[in-house]
Amino acid sequence: MTLNGWIQILIFCGIVILLVRPLGGYMTRVYTGERTFLGFLLAPFERLLYRVAGTNEREEQHWTTYVGAMLAFNLLGFLVLYLLQRFQAGLPFNPAGMAAVPQELSFNTAVSFVTNTNWQNYGGESTMSYLVQMAGLTVQNFVSAATGMALAVALIRGFARASSKSIGNFWVDLTRSTLYVLLPLCVVLTLVYVFLGVPQTLGAYVDATTLEGGKQTIAVGPVASQLAIKMLGTNGGGFFNANSAHPFENPDALTNLIQMVSIFAIGAALTNVFGRMVGDQRQGWAILAAMGVLFIAGVLFAYWAEASGNPLMHALGLEGGNMEGKEVRFGIAMSALFAVITTAASCGAVNALHDSFTALGGMIPLINMELGEVIVGGVGAGLYGILLFVVVAIFVSGLMVGRTPEYLGKKIEAKEVKMAMLALLSLPLAMLGFTAISVVMPSAVASIANQGPHGFSEILYAYTSAAANNGSALGGLTGNTPWYNITLGIAMLMGRFLIIIPALAIAGSLAAKKTVPVSLGTFPTNGGLFVGLLVGVILIVGGLTFLPALALGPIAEHLAILSGQSF
Amino acid sequence: MLKQLRPALVMIVALTAITGLAYPLAMTGVAGALFPHQASGSLIVENGTVVGSELIGQNFTDQRYFHGRPSVTLGPDPADPSKTTTVPYNAVNSMGSNAGPGNAAMIERVKADLERLKAENPSQPVPIDLVTTTGSGLDPHISPEAALFQAPRVAKARGISEDQLKGLIAEHTQGRILGVLGEPVVNVLALNRALDATAN
Repeated sequence: MTLNGWIQILIFCGIVILLVRPLGGYMTRVYTGERTFLGFLLAPFERLLYRVAGTNEREEQHWTTYVGAMLAFNLLGFLVLYLLQRFQAGLPFNPAGMAAVPQELSFNTAVSFVTNTNWQNYGGESTMSYLVQMAGLTVQNFVSAATGMALAVALIRGFARASSKSIGNFWVDLTRSTLYVLLPLCVVLTLVYVFLGVPQTLGAYVDATTLEGGKQTIAVGPVASQLAIKMLGTNGGGFFNANSAHPFENPDALTNLIQMVSIFAIGAALTNVFGRMVGDQRQGWAILAAMGVLFIAGVLFAYWAEASGNPLMHALGLEGGNMEGKEVRFGIAMSALFAVITTAASCGAVNALHDSFTALGGMIPLINMELGEVIVGGVGAGLYGILLFVVVAIFVSGLMVGRTPEYLGKKIEAKEVKMAMLALLSLPLAMLGFTAISVVMPSAVASIANQGPHGFSEILYAYTSAAANNGSALGGLTGNTPWYNITLGIAMLMGRFLIIIPALAIAGSLAAKKTVPVSLGTFPTNGGLFVGLLVGVILIVGGLTFLPALALGPIAEHLAILSGQSF
Repeated sequence: MLKQLRPALVMIVALTAITGLAYPLAMTGVAGALFPHQASGSLIVENGTVVGSELIGQNFTDQRYFHGRPSVTLGPDPADPSKTTTVPYNAVNSMGSNAGPGNAAMIERVKADLERLKAENPSQPVPIDLVTTTGSGLDPHISPEAALFQAPRVAKARGISEDQLKGLIAEHTQGRILGVLGEPVVNVLALNRALDATAN
């Protein structure tokens, strides 16, 4: 670990914290329908869109209608993306002549992008036409992120409102998230990325004659526009197979910093939107503080593990940290930090191979996802994820003092706790259940690339990443088989919709409740005690569930390597 | 849900048109006009032919050149195009080794590379980036230490002085961005092009 490494980590944290208030303030105005500086440009278009769609910005929805609208939109999005892949060979913008994507892979990819997972069982530059990358994948990058943001705002309204039947209008929230938040930021970011070296062209791949006289074909494409939304929308699906390790997708340390900040920016700002909409910004800061504690702990540990390096290499006389699968321009600190950020949020973009991380360094991304990606988390998903933990934490605190738990003046009762637990239990079910089945199936085990405990980690990581809607991978696992394409697809659906629907049920139930006045007995939820309690509940509920699996994978691997064993 | 079908249809069509076509196409146009060099892939053109991209590493094996990091990208086997084999720095198929830290085959690979490099320059410790594979398979950089390590070999093959090479390396060493971000790097392709230019 170097001083320079720590300074870079501090710079990152500082920028994110500075962005929380301005971005949070702007987003609050967007979602409450106040005027914004982009309004003169977008408002007429927005009204036209609502009229054609047959909806109205003042027409609010009951939570079940909200769910129905969201499901209809997602189902349709899935179908469009699936068909685009199946028919790409005959469609325009296909200069490399890509053939139709096979059925199972198209299913997996379509589910993956609709659920904001962006798990990729394909290499972008060798599988997808420019049309699919733009009109298919980029679109879902926007709207799956916008869906997450809409749902988070709907849940916030549940907490903020009293005696209300409705929680907002899905179409309005979706449109505003896309047009007012994601799109303008992406336009700026795309130009910055291109300036810094990321390609943006519809031209064909370039043939070069190398210095030694060999031939090198260089894949290019409309990379920057997809990169901008891939990070900002915490999607993470790379234009290229190597994702943000690819020099075109992440040319230098500055683009790397911008990408890392992009991953956290909206998720962190949503805690401020929450605070503003419930009328006390400190409520938002308290939640961000709990996230921050878990994040810093993860960064510390992962950076230490990667900087310590690989004992098996040190035995050969090599010095230094673990550079296998990393890029020189980022080095150890930026690679470890990126890995923690991308799994704390549900991004899943990578700038180094997680498969080649040390056993302990690679365990942190795994834990981040197993905790449900509530450390800032996916745009929207992180906020509704941590609010589910808040419900449980408040419930636990209520049990401790023998009083009906309250949060923000709302009584947390059996229905809310049941819904929160349903959501929180669906994750381990998908992650551990599918892993358990796969490790006893010889055909599924045949997909692993590394023997020994690391092979188990590869399978566990795949289902964890899928169910957490992350999308990063221990890339050695051959995921493009019918078994993995289909089961990973199911895990992604479980991880998305078995959380979203209970979360909206809670929103509906809370919105309908009356507000209880604050009294002397009210547990303050904007202070250190609450932050500690929330962190404790996240670690106990999330952590203990997965400890046995971690012991079989990364921990066993670490101990074996320490004793000099390779596999 | 059925009542939501019309808005769903309208929204998916409208948002596809905006985010999937208008946005990337407009960005392609604007970026191409403002930053044509970067937008098309930072290509290096010499006498009308493309010799590579500033950002993409190339496979160097000649003793007269500095070498990049090991790359394990796959490509079609020249002997039998129906099979794939390792084609280092294949820029249409970016990938890394995905070798876990306890992977025995990786340790064997590192051992073999170490022995070769130690024979090449016994006087300095081998920098770790020269024996570990790049994550993208296309890393254009090596550390300044890794460049200096190769200087004796290149000097001998080219018949020029090591000091002259060290000067060239220093000239092509890019420090941390703004003094803090990233790590100091040497772009291997740029260094080798400079090498060829001084030789002529």
